[in-house]
Amino acid sequence: MTAGARILEVADLSVSFVTESGNVSAVDHVSLDLAPGEIVGVVGESGCGKSVTAMSLAGLLPRSARVTGSVRLRGTELIGAPETSLRRVRGKEIAYIFQEPMTSLNPVLTVGRQIGEVLQVHERISRKQARARAIELLSLVGIPSAATRVDNYPHQLSGGMRQRVMIAMAVACNPTVLVADEPTTALDVTVQAGILEVLRDLRDRLGTSILIITHDLGVIADIADRVVVMYAGRVVERAPVTELFAHPHHRYTNGLLNASPTPGRHAGTDRLQEIPGLVPVLTTQPDACTFADRCPAADDTCRGSAPPLAALGVADHLVACWHPVEAT
Amino acid sequence: MARYLLTRAWHSALTLVLASVVVFLGIRALPGDPALALAGEDRSPEALAAIRAEYGLDRPLTVQFGHYVERALQGDFGSSIRTGIPVSDMLRTALPVTIELSFLAILIATALGVGAGVVAAVRRGRPAEWVANFLALVGLSVPHFWLGLLAILYLSVATGLFPASGFVPFFEDPVGNLHHIILPALILGTGLAAIIMRQTRSAMLDSLSADYVRTAKAKGLSPRAVIGRHALRNSLIVVVTIVGLQLGGLISGAVVTEQIFGLPGFGKMTIDAVFQRDYPVIQAVVLLTATAYIVINFLVDLVYSLIDPRIRVAGDAA
Ligand SMILES: Nc1ncnc2c1ncn2[C@@H]1O[C@H](COP(=O)(O)OP(=O)(O)OP(=O)(O)O)[C@@H](O)[C@H]1O
Ligand SMILES: [Mg+2]
Repeated sequence: MTAGARILEVADLSVSFVTESGNVSAVDHVSLDLAPGEIVGVVGESGCGKSVTAMSLAGLLPRSARVTGSVRLRGTELIGAPETSLRRVRGKEIAYIFQEPMTSLNPVLTVGRQIGEVLQVHERISRKQARARAIELLSLVGIPSAATRVDNYPHQLSGGMRQRVMIAMAVACNPTVLVADEPTTALDVTVQAGILEVLRDLRDRLGTSILIITHDLGVIADIADRVVVMYAGRVVERAPVTELFAHPHHRYTNGLLNASPTPGRHAGTDRLQEIPGLVPVLTTQPDACTFADRCPAADDTCRGSAPPLAALGVADHLVACWHPVEAT
Repeated sequence: MARYLLTRAWHSALTLVLASVVVFLGIRALPGDPALALAGEDRSPEALAAIRAEYGLDRPLTVQFGHYVERALQGDFGSSIRTGIPVSDMLRTALPVTIELSFLAILIATALGVGAGVVAAVRRGRPAEWVANFLALVGLSVPHFWLGLLAILYLSVATGLFPASGFVPFFEDPVGNLHHIILPALILGTGLAAIIMRQTRSAMLDSLSADYVRTAKAKGLSPRAVIGRHALRNSLIVVVTIVGLQLGGLISGAVVTEQIFGLPGFGKMTIDAVFQRDYPVIQAVVLLTATAYIVINFLVDLVYSLIDPRIRVAGDAA
């Protein structure tokens, strides 16, 4: 794929928060990109900065966030763009599906109203037309008897249905980029499969680019074309999905793969292995590999300077490690 | 929804019956013989017996209660033992004053309180929030009888902008009526406004950081829609509850305010009756106050269920 084909390009994105207990560095020089119709997965343990990265794309972080770097949508810079232009991007160009279907819907508005709202604001249609479209969208995402469900309040729906409502809301204006932040985490496995199916179908029909965030490698294996592995706010490895599963170069990726029962790799027979240690919370980003403290191969080089993200073996397989696991 | 309301109405009716029993017994349990109070100078046993017979005070309690309920239902609360004017006539002139005063006070308090609360939450950490917080502190800590006196001193006596006391019925002279009542209503509303402001502010801070507000922003909605439709609507549930709970306080506040501004309302009637041990009047005002509480509670529940769909459905399921 050529660079010109990228619909979304994130370069050197860094985010820190000013909090009462000092600075928290959440994301450090993250770079990633999305081609039209591509599904890119972002994986990493809890707290590694996946959601913060996602939120910063359309400027959804709270005021305490300091964001630097570049986010380009079809070449247009979004970091530092005025609120009014960001508002035209949100929901129309970049749409979101959030982690918690329970709390991400407004409890006092009907789901039809909440879906209709995004249409009313971006397509300037009447409330009545918006309601009709909301019914279509609800049946599109697989909600039975959409015509009655449209007048339901969120608490009247099951978790899976609420997540489908979130999807209907997100895809209402046929967004260019769909950011799905753990869309299936709160749901049970069968519901999960259904949701992933809806996302895949969307990409196939409309060519939507999808950034899917998860800590479930099974989901990645199931749906993603490419994978970005994050650790403590940094991208440590980036590769096409089959390449990454076959030849993980970073020991953190390796650890993640060993820690989850990935279909096809261990087929759930091996015992799960945990990566010892925890993701550190950083106040500043050190000039060192942040994984060094948990890495079996770490030496003084790792503790003395941060490894750059560089190609190893195949051209689109990047890894940030001084002592990568070699391709076998 | 209908079933929920029926249940609530039934509960309200039951509470009302209990309240009337308590009022009836409470008055009779008060120290001091009403017959003695009624007798005035002539305290001979014959005179007292005559009075007891006249007011039915010599009958068994149950019989007295029966009479009392029967007459109360017909709107007959007897006559004042001081002036001889029927209590129902006194209420007919006093109640509209108090209802207008309270209604205006609530209106002013809600508008000011919700407005300032939203501003304080949205402009958190900026001068607008400090101003709102300061005003709320003043509204909460300064007793409103004192505010009322200050207002009379500066806005009525010194500048003559408002009349210092008195009242004109609305239907005789609407403008004059508002002119007389707007200042007392504002003063009466200050405390409530401050409480509403603080509750709105904290409820708004909660809902502004809620996930669904993030969702609303992510849809590209204007700040106005995000704040008004999404955050405020959820905060109003709390506000309605608080207003409902505070209405009782407003009734007693009205008593004081009417006294200061010389408004011939329910509060003034109550105070006069208490000082003069005017039993039929006391009985009527206490019963009416209790009824007002119960009706208000019912109405608050009604509004509550209109705002929050979760209550509507829970009630239907029950
Ligand atoms: N508003 C904020 N203020 C301060 N720190 C924050 C804020 N939001 C996120 N962080 C911090 O940024 C880091 C990354 O958080 P983020 O939510 O991106 O993690 P995540 O990878 O999405 O984790 P999870 O899998 O649990 O969702 C965390 O250390 C978190 O504490
Ligand atoms: Mg997250």
